[in-house]
Amino acid sequence: MEFKTHISVKNLNVFYGNEQALKNITVDIPSKKITVIIGPSGCGKTTLLKSFNRLIEPVDGVRVSGKVLFDGEDILDPKVEVTQIRRKMGLLFQKPYPLPMSIYDNVAYGPRIHGMNNKRELGKIVEHYLRQASLWDEVKDRLHQPASKLSLGQQQRLCLARGLAVEPEIILGDEPTSALDPKSSQRIEQRFLELKNDYTIVIVTHILRQAKRLADYVLFLYLGELIEHGPAEDIFENPKREMTKEYIKGIIS
Amino acid sequence: MDRRKIEENLFKGLMVTSTLIIVLCLILILATVIVKGMPALNGAMITQTPKGGYYLGREGGILNAIVGSLYLAGGATFLAVLISLPVVLYLNLYAKRGSRLVAFTRFSLDVLWGIPSIVYGAFGFTIMLLLGLRASLLGGIIAVSLLILPIMSRAMDEVIRMVPEELLQASYALGTTRFETALKVVVRQTLPGILTAILIAFGRGIGDAASVILTAGFTDNIPSSLLRPVATLPLAIFFQLGTPFPEVQQRAYASALILTVVILIISTVSRILTRRSTKNIVK
Amino acid sequence: MQNKRLLKDRLASKFMSLLTILPGLVVFLMVLGLYQRSRPILAIKPLTELIFSTSWHPLKGEFGLFPFITGTLWVTAVAAAIAIPLCLLTAIYLSEYVHKKLREWTKPFIDLLAGIPSVVYGVWGVLVIVPLIKNFIAPFFGTFSTGYSVLAGGIVLAIMVFPIIIHVSLEVFGSVPYELREASWALGATKWHTVKHVVIRKAMPGVIAAIVLGLSRAFGETMAVLMVVGNVVKVPSSIFDPAYPLPALIANNYGEMLSVPLYDSALLLTSLVLLLVVLFFDIVARVVLIRVERNTQ
Repeated sequence: MEFKTHISVKNLNVFYGNEQALKNITVDIPSKKITVIIGPSGCGKTTLLKSFNRLIEPVDGVRVSGKVLFDGEDILDPKVEVTQIRRKMGLLFQKPYPLPMSIYDNVAYGPRIHGMNNKRELGKIVEHYLRQASLWDEVKDRLHQPASKLSLGQQQRLCLARGLAVEPEIILGDEPTSALDPKSSQRIEQRFLELKNDYTIVIVTHILRQAKRLADYVLFLYLGELIEHGPAEDIFENPKREMTKEYIKGIIS
Repeated sequence: MDRRKIEENLFKGLMVTSTLIIVLCLILILATVIVKGMPALNGAMITQTPKGGYYLGREGGILNAIVGSLYLAGGATFLAVLISLPVVLYLNLYAKRGSRLVAFTRFSLDVLWGIPSIVYGAFGFTIMLLLGLRASLLGGIIAVSLLILPIMSRAMDEVIRMVPEELLQASYALGTTRFETALKVVVRQTLPGILTAILIAFGRGIGDAASVILTAGFTDNIPSSLLRPVATLPLAIFFQLGTPFPEVQQRAYASALILTVVILIISTVSRILTRRSTKNIVK
Repeated sequence: MQNKRLLKDRLASKFMSLLTILPGLVVFLMVLGLYQRSRPILAIKPLTELIFSTSWHPLKGEFGLFPFITGTLWVTAVAAAIAIPLCLLTAIYLSEYVHKKLREWTKPFIDLLAGIPSVVYGVWGVLVIVPLIKNFIAPFFGTFSTGYSVLAGGIVLAIMVFPIIIHVSLEVFGSVPYELREASWALGATKWHTVKHVVIRKAMPGVIAAIVLGLSRAFGETMAVLMVVGNVVKVPSSIFDPAYPLPALIANNYGEMLSVPLYDSALLLTSLVLLLVVLFFDIVARVVLIRVERNTQ
């Protein structure tokens, strides 16, 4: 599989106090493809994901070493402006967390931070990204209602629109459908498949079937170590490591 | 971008400053009380009752108030325990979780918590009128026990609530009644927390002036019966401060120091107890 | 043997359930009892006169409460003006910017302020605040003051309510889910921007409730204020004037209460008014806090 590298991780180690959550991770994330990180719960998948946009930093007692190269620049370098990095990556959480404001303001939040003040422009942006998240039709008449009034599935799509509105290059998803009903999950998965044409997508999931449905590239993480990684067909049809084989077969869960 | 940085730094500065101000207030208050109170503090203060002319500057001490406060706060705390402990045990073990009675009682206790002590004094006064009591130790006990009841209940509730359901069920599974479980399991497990609650309530009771000013009267003697007026530390401080004689005012500062030290000791002991109790809780 | 144990259990249960009615009953009885004792004066004087008249001459049978009501309002307002910004800033700082360890050390320190008895605050106020106002603050503003003033009462009160406002506010900030902050940071917002637009907004109802709880405490605080506020029966015209808040009125006149006709009734009416005002604000604040708690679950 030929690909351009978007993110390059080199010797990444993350410690929470005395516990080591990530052990010497080295891997390249392909551009404009869906990369899925699989592995049993609590193995560092979320930690790896949050290292990309430096969201693990505010945690008390965390230590990070290694490099994460994004477009050639090491984003872990303290001189780098963290808010600019985060802007380039959108993150979807497991449970949707709408901000305590209207639907419109949720989507406009990001652009406003980064300097967009023109009312008409903002309106266009909000509409565009709500469409991208396939939420526009359902909310176009109540844009100024509080976002908390939406259903869980709608909220997650709102969070998707909100994340897209800052025009990131990468979309990160931390088990983005695990709190949703099957129909809403399907819609989100559908969106990911369509979005990968324009964005690099990295998703964490513990649902193997979802991984099979979505992945172009797969990372298998177990107890903080990167056991195996490669193109999806290779990992699912022909895993090289014993542990990978067992996980795929569903024995370790 | 720069304007935002300025705003952020400005607020950060304001936040640190205001935190410092608040911490400094505490330090300043304690320092003032110590500095002003120490000079006038001597053995006579604690061991003698006011002799004739005490308020005019002659000898004596505030033993009347020390003993009086201990009796009053002690009696009020005792009464409050008699009510608080059963009520809290009932709320957590007997009543159905989430029942309206539970919610209503907890809400009432929260509301009682916020009622000013002067109102408790006034209400105590009306009870005294009803019972034909005059300003006395008993009157003070009634008013203060009502005052500290919500404080004690709340603190007890917080501890007893934390007893895990599984522990209770383990006890019931052995065939015990709720009453036995309450006494032998719950109280034993939460004893430090219960003691803390009692201490906190006692501390509040001993330091409050507004509730006793209408109900307990004042006297220069050590109380000999429930129906006679009793001296309390807060009022002793207040009266001594109100005289025009500097020597007596000095004694007021010393009395304030004594009261503050008592409260600080109670606070520290209860904090230590809390820390010990959370170490032993079965999780 | 078995029956004895079951009997004990049942008796205990009945006994406890009776006691559990007590808290609710006490609130009701307090209102009832104070009202009963207020009736004599309410029967003679119309409520509007009692509230709005500035003439307070108990010996002549005049009981206008207006000076005391305004005194209380002034002192509470000054306390609010000082306490609200300081407490908010401190609570935000401790909740959002400080390491967990430092926070756990500062919290008990601030709670210690809550344990200090009212009289001791009063003594301190007389020793430190009153001279400060008389010698520095009033001259700075070009006026004269004995120091015993609305400002003194307000300052002392503000310090007394710091612990409760901060404590409850910290709880409210703590109830805002961590992931909500993460969601804002993930979009490229700075910490301060997140605090300003997300955390505070989410916590607002609870914080307001905390402030209301603190202020209703201030409203009814007696001893400390009494000692520094001057106790002059006059509607204050500036913060450097003395005042005579309602609680101080009740506390100062316990001696004459029973010897002057209707005096006790007037004072108990005052207590009733205090009780009802505090009850109202407390109940509203508590209901809001319960809603906030429910929303975070």
